[in-house]
This record gives sequence, structure tokens and C-alpha cells, in this order.
Amino acid sequence: MLAISNHQSSQPFDAPRLVTTAPLVRATGLTKRYGSIEAVAGVDVEAYPGEVLGIVGESGSGKSTVLRLLNLEEMPDTGAYMLNTPTLAGKNLYDLDRFARREVQILSIGVVYQNPHLGLRMRFTSSGNVAERLLLTGERTFATLRQAARDSLAISEFPLNRMDDPPRVLSGGMQQRVQLAKALALKPALLLLDEPTTGLDVSVQALVLDTLKHLQRERKMTIVLVSHDLGVIRTLADRVMVMRHGRVVEQGLTDQILEDPQDAYTQQLVHAKL
Amino acid sequence: MPLLQVESLTKRFYIDHLQREIEVFASLTFTLESGQFILIGGPNGVGKSSLLRCLYRTYIPTSGRALFTSTQGEIDLAHAADVDIALLRREELGFVTQFLRPRPRVSALELVAEPLVDGGMMWDEAIEQAKGMLSSFGLKHELWSAYPTTFSGGEQQKVNLARALIAPRRLLLLDEPTASLDANTRQSLQTRLAELKMQGVAMIGVFHHPEDIHHLIDDEIRLTVPQKDIEHVVD
Repeated sequence: MLAISNHQSSQPFDAPRLVTTAPLVRATGLTKRYGSIEAVAGVDVEAYPGEVLGIVGESGSGKSTVLRLLNLEEMPDTGAYMLNTPTLAGKNLYDLDRFARREVQILSIGVVYQNPHLGLRMRFTSSGNVAERLLLTGERTFATLRQAARDSLAISEFPLNRMDDPPRVLSGGMQQRVQLAKALALKPALLLLDEPTTGLDVSVQALVLDTLKHLQRERKMTIVLVSHDLGVIRTLADRVMVMRHGRVVEQGLTDQILEDPQDAYTQQLVHAKL
Repeated sequence: MPLLQVESLTKRFYIDHLQREIEVFASLTFTLESGQFILIGGPNGVGKSSLLRCLYRTYIPTSGRALFTSTQGEIDLAHAADVDIALLRREELGFVTQFLRPRPRVSALELVAEPLVDGGMMWDEAIEQAKGMLSSFGLKHELWSAYPTTFSGGEQQKVNLARALIAPRRLLLLDEPTASLDANTRQSLQTRLAELKMQGVAMIGVFHHPEDIHHLIDDEIRLTVPQKDIEHVVD
């Protein structure tokens, strides 16, 4: 009776049959080494349009590296990455030159980092931080820039009477809202969230999560969310990938991963948190 | 073709740190037609709720099949892709428990309307329907725009049932939804379930007090402890 059925993490399921749309995100065979460390070792990522895919794992599991690879901030050692948008379908984004990659990053991908210093210019105004995204596309009309910044801050539920304050004088929760507004300014096909609420007070965390949840419902956005916090994952993610030592040990529907984890490591992780 | 055809469905848990398998139920076979209500009976711990969770795929069945005739063709719930299950949950499969998972700063109306919005309805229309559903479950009007995080247990249950039963579903899995309901709410639930059954919704339910819904039951599957065989009691 022992030693059975511990191997179901090798996806026992059929290919999708009812869902006939192609995944928006399809990355295959991602690997990334830093010296002797194999940070990401053969990871595939698929996210369907409108879906929130969570990636969980401890520090050092490779989850944030995967996110940086998806954001084209770093190039993998091997692997392919496609975004199924009208202009990008069929292209391996890692084959593009760096100017073309930069354009994809600006136009098609939005990102919110745990550390707002990575995503914001702390001494510029908040509205300026958001408008900068549009400047990059060539928009030069002040009124248009300002209106776009205002709209984007508003949907991120940022208090507009503070839109000209620089992020350095704002609270952590508000800084995350500025990052979110900046990420959403150009209506990207893909939103990447790297521990977006880690380090915030619990009450502020709940509000930011609520904004994200709301936005996701309204805009049917495709989101890849990295977090070590299973509560955040439970609130936002439709599906989850569990990573350890650079590999995906298990993936599944969020409630299934949390309530019937198949892999020994996931069982440990879930029971440690709940 | 029946709506659901369960064949030799088996669930075991493998608990790694105990290095052992725990059998929950084994080789269940039954069918369910549209508009039919099957009660899952048996003592505590025989896997009644686990069966519902396997059909909803919160648990992964260990073996067997559960062929579901969806509007888009037949699909095996035990082996379907995660994204297909997610789609079915948005459109055809419902799971009803007695617990609400309220979120801070989300009103009762919004919580109830969400499943409709997830199914593609506009907010305005969804909110209108949510009002109807909350009033049929008897939630006081002044609470509709309030946040259920602060509600009493009974009020949360009303919101929970309204949310769970608002969107059209073809198969409802009911996990003791009547436990600890007050008489009025229980009555509203019975009315709503009867209405849904009339509309052709199929249901599989676990009830501590099946007398609450006895008039709805078409068949009973009784799970038993040792062999976990099933016998059909009502027909």
C-alpha cells in the first residue's frame, strides 16, 4: 500500500477540449543559470487569456527568475517564449533584438514589483511616473498625458488629490497603486505581479488585493502572479504552479493544490501555512 | 445520455509524511439525469463530501471516470484539463457549502453578483439579479451594500446561498448547505432548490438532516464503511 501515486505531479490530465482559445502566454523549456546555480531548470509556463496564474515557492525556488524571464528583463540560457497577440503571435520573443524586446516590454507587458524602487522614480510626481509610459510611445500632448495618467491612477484606486506627490512621500500601499497604474497605462496584454503585497500591512494588503481582483474581473486581464503567500494566491489565482529548486513540482487548480496537494513538497508547504 | 455517468470512481489520499495511503471511497458507479436529485447518505467519515469534491475536482480522483455531458460535448471530470474544469465551474458546475468567504470591502450585493459577472454578464444587470436573490433569502435591505465580513453567521449564510445559487448551473453539488440554518432561510433554500430542479438542474447532495429536502430526493446512494460498497435505497 505504500509508495503509490506520489507521481501525479507529472500532469495526469487530458489536453484542453472545451477551451479552444490558445494560451496568451506560452513559454517552454526555460532554463537559467547563475554560475553554478541552476535557478530555472526546464520550466514551461502557459496562461490563458483572462486567467490568473500563480507561481508559489520558497525564496530561491526560481519563481522570481521566471517572472523576469517573462518580462524580458533577462534572457534565458535556453527556451522559447511567445505572446499570442495580433502583432506578436508566432514569434519567439527571445529571438528579437533588444530594441524590439524593449518595445514588447513597453507595449504588451506591465509589471508590479515588490520593491517600488525597482518600478518607480521616487522623486518624480506619481502622475509623471505613469505618464512616462505614454511618453515612451511618442505621445507628447500634455493634456493627453495627464488625462491618461489620471485615468490609470483612478482605476488603480489611487487618491487623485495626491497624483502630483512623488512616490517617496507616499505609503507603501499607495506606491504599489502607482506602480499598478504605470503598469496598466498602455493596457498591456499581460500583467506580471512579483509579490505585489508583500511587506504591506495586512489591512493595506487586503485593499490592494481587492483592487487587483476587481481589475481582473473588469478587464479580464491575463496575470502571472508570483508570491510565497498562499493567502494571496488563494484570493487571486485560478491556477497555481509550485516551484522548488528551479523546477515545477506540481501544478493545478488553486483549490486543488491547496486542499489535495499531490507532491510531497507541496503537502509540506500547504500544511506549514494553513 | 445521462448528464453524469460515474464509473468506478475511487479516491485515496497519499500522505507523504505518514508514508501511507488513506482510502476514502472506492469503485463508485452511478448515473444522474438532468433534473434528478441524488442524496449521498452514510455515517460520518465515509467520504460523502470527498465524493462531491472529486466531482468538482478540488480533489483529484485516484482512478475511475466521471463523464459529464456539458453543453459543449462529453468530458471526463476526472481527467479534464484544469482550464476546462475552470470553464465548467464558471458555466455549468456549482458547489454549495455553508461557508461564505467574504472579502474586505466587497459588499453583499457584489459578492452575490460576481458569479454572474464571471459568466459574462454586465455588472448592472448582475446587481439587479443579486437584489432579487438576496431578498428571496431574506437578507435585510439595509445590509445589501454593507460588507459581509462584519455580518453575523446567519446573515453570512444567506449571502453565501444567494451567491452559490444565483448563476445558472446544470449540476449542483450540495455539501450540507442546510446545516445550522434558521427555519426561514432553510425554507427559502428548499424553495430555490425545488425551483432549480424544475428547471432541470441536477443535484448531488450531502445533508445531515435529509428530511429538510426529502420531497426533492429521487435516489439515494449510501456509502458504507468497510467495503464502501454502494446500494441504491430509494428508486
